[in-house]
Amino acid sequence: MQRSGTNERTERDGNGRPRLVRTAAPQYHEKIATHSLMWTATLALLPAAAWGVFAYGPRALLVLLLAAVSAVTAEALIARSRVTLADGSALLTGLLLGMMMPPAVPLFVVVAATLFAIGVVKWTFGGLGGNWLNPALAGRLFVHFSWPAATTSWSLPRTLGADRLPGLNLTVDTVTTATPLGIVQHAVEQGEALLGGPAVYLTSRGFPRSELDTSVTTWLNETVLSQFGAHIPGGYIDPFVGNVPGAIGEGSAILLLLGTVVLFARRVITWEIPAAFFTTFAVLTWAFGGLAYGADGFSGDVLFHLLSGGLILTLFYVATDPVTTPMTTSGMLLFGAGVGLLTFLLRTYGGAAEGVALAVLVMNGCTPLLNRTLRPRRLGERRFRLSRFLGGSSEKSALDPSAGI
Amino acid sequence: MISLLKRTRGGLTPDDRKSFARTEPLWNAAVPSRCVVPLLQHVGNPAQPVVNVGDRVREGMLVGRASGAMSANVHAPLPGVISQQVSLTLEDGRSCAAYVIELSGEFDRLGKQLDPIDWERKSARELLKTIRECGVVGMGGYGQPVDRKYSARRGSGVDHLIINGVENEPYVCADYRLMMEMTDGLLEGARVAERILRPERVTIAVQAQRTDVRSRLQRRVRERGLGYFVHSVPAKYPQGDEKLLTQAVTGREVPGGASPSDVGVIVSNVATVYAIYEAVVYEKPVVERVITVSGGAVRQPANVKARIGTSVQELIAECGGLQSRPEKIVLGGPMMGHTISDVTLPVTKRTTAILALTAEEIYNGPRTACIRCGRCVRSCPVGLEPTTLYKMLDHGDQAAAVAAGLLDCIECGCCGFTCPAHLPLVETLKRGKQALPRRKGTA
Ligand code: SF4
Ligand code: SF4
Repeated sequence: MQRSGTNERTERDGNGRPRLVRTAAPQYHEKIATHSLMWTATLALLPAAAWGVFAYGPRALLVLLLAAVSAVTAEALIARSRVTLADGSALLTGLLLGMMMPPAVPLFVVVAATLFAIGVVKWTFGGLGGNWLNPALAGRLFVHFSWPAATTSWSLPRTLGADRLPGLNLTVDTVTTATPLGIVQHAVEQGEALLGGPAVYLTSRGFPRSELDTSVTTWLNETVLSQFGAHIPGGYIDPFVGNVPGAIGEGSAILLLLGTVVLFARRVITWEIPAAFFTTFAVLTWAFGGLAYGADGFSGDVLFHLLSGGLILTLFYVATDPVTTPMTTSGMLLFGAGVGLLTFLLRTYGGAAEGVALAVLVMNGCTPLLNRTLRPRRLGERRFRLSRFLGGSSEKSALDPSAGI
Repeated sequence: MISLLKRTRGGLTPDDRKSFARTEPLWNAAVPSRCVVPLLQHVGNPAQPVVNVGDRVREGMLVGRASGAMSANVHAPLPGVISQQVSLTLEDGRSCAAYVIELSGEFDRLGKQLDPIDWERKSARELLKTIRECGVVGMGGYGQPVDRKYSARRGSGVDHLIINGVENEPYVCADYRLMMEMTDGLLEGARVAERILRPERVTIAVQAQRTDVRSRLQRRVRERGLGYFVHSVPAKYPQGDEKLLTQAVTGREVPGGASPSDVGVIVSNVATVYAIYEAVVYEKPVVERVITVSGGAVRQPANVKARIGTSVQELIAECGGLQSRPEKIVLGGPMMGHTISDVTLPVTKRTTAILALTAEEIYNGPRTACIRCGRCVRSCPVGLEPTTLYKMLDHGDQAAAVAAGLLDCIECGCCGFTCPAHLPLVETLKRGKQALPRRKGTA
């Protein structure tokens, strides 16, 4: 009778006692569900999204809303009978995509990106759980390569560009600028030596700084850092708070980190991928990042790279996507390390500001392979058996996608 | 201590929710005026009825005789008259006949001081015979006849006896109370088991966070001059599983399809060992056991010593009754136990706990597609990929599932507990295993 169905069924006993539900073990469940993962991630993103709206005005809000609405609409149209809206995954994809867009992006580009993300990347593989690439990232890169100019012209946030943005004006400052990472990479391509590091270089080029940055940097240098004999140049506080030209939702490191605390606390994400990603990227950048600027080894500016190019958003919200990342601990560590390595290479030698997005997508593509080769060792199984790593000739590989899908 | 540093793979640390019932001492539940005694309280075939409706039975009298090696004797928990024979569907879905005994007449044992038997002069064979006659089965929930487990392995290279006090299902703490309050009986039972199996080592395993049990056992072991080790295992579910415990204590891994005895280890639950003690030292058949009554819906969660055949509702009433509406009533722990819909069902030798769980405690989320998050894979203590097995079975590819390790699954429930998609992973895996042709020795 326990086996009569996969769903629980209810029964009432003859004496009118409370009906008792009958289910198969386990009889209780961790407080976790697909929709709670998705909705928690969405909520965690909202503070940073709100900052984007504050910094770029109503136009940014329009982009975010359009991305969310078109993602949800696409999901609803494609999924039809299947109840997939409630799981919140489409909304999350839409919001992420919106947050990765420049505030002045043409609106049709936003729609194209979400349609590609939901319609092509997600649903040609069967919807939630079927896709191999992260839909938001794939959508972002798709429009990046289709309309490069429209997707790489950035605006100054209100906090840097003073009152150039009147309240309800739906256009954004047309004075386009480059992101700090873009400027630095351009300089590197020109063969300029960035002595003193990227932050100093930016200042020397007259890159705008907010008063906040100046005063906090001064305060830090005079009170805390002077005790350790250290000194930081200006230009780190702005990207930390979000006073920096860039995508709508990538600017404010502090608000993204705030959301990350929620993600960890609610166990939406686990430590493996961010830790491996961060460590690999930080160590490589520190050791070799300086070379590109004409400086010595072990002088790379980790903080600058961490705070630019949407790295934090990717680190905690995109590279940790459950669907497109490996399942085992070792697979996740390797995945994270791979993303870190590729991001470093693409940023330092590829000159691509969107290196981190590409890095994650490439590793997404490697995920089936990682799942197949880094299978957990079964109890009683020999510790090092070649077939375990080759996907098993004696046994059908358990994580072979062709077996599962 | 070193074992605590060793990495244990998979498993979970669910909120153990034992504080509900853990601190109160055990008490004897009221003897019911009527009890229902199923003839199937073990893994094998139901026992053969040996009494008839209308017969008068004495306390502890044989009412069902074991039929087959995996079957076990069943005794009358109460003195009285057999008023009817009924057919019951047990919590695990199996059906059997059951006697209804109406209480009347004298108790032969209850409240009487019994004289211990000088068991040390008996041979191992005689001890096993007594254990069989008294119907002692694995009381951790599995219900394998103990004589069968012990005799099959005697002299076949078993060198380690592990007494399993690692009761790590959430809520359940009956074994904890037993170890605290019936320590000497437990150790005497361990001596009997040691005498039969002649292992080189005897280890009593407890959960690491139960330091009170650990020191109590260590003290009594020392005072009685027994050379037993008390071993702490990490407070992770399902460390109390036979195979995982074998690995945690001895470092030996039990491959899929094998049992701990294949690597020279016998694991017996503390409640079983206590039953061995009562059987051998007092010739007392298994007619009562310690049961945790807990869950958010129970007013006074507690551990009680109850007669077999007492109904679930009487034991809940014994613990103050219900304070809110339970969504489920579970026999056994929440990770591996079975739900019941009929609260008049009796408790048996295998019932470790009665849990009345409220809807909030259960958390029942909506089912979605698998999001490939890998939580099930990382939680599986034996290194399986439950999501893959589930998909294979869902597509009817049993052969692939077996090749990928279906038979290694210990049905611990971790994967199902943690799956955000709320897929019926454990249920599907269990059903997949049951659908396979029976293999030797699994009867
Ligand atoms: S835990 Fe559930 S959703 Fe996650 S991979 Fe396993 S089966 Fe899929
Ligand atoms: S029930 Fe089976 S597959 Fe699931 S975690 Fe436990 S052993 Fe692994």
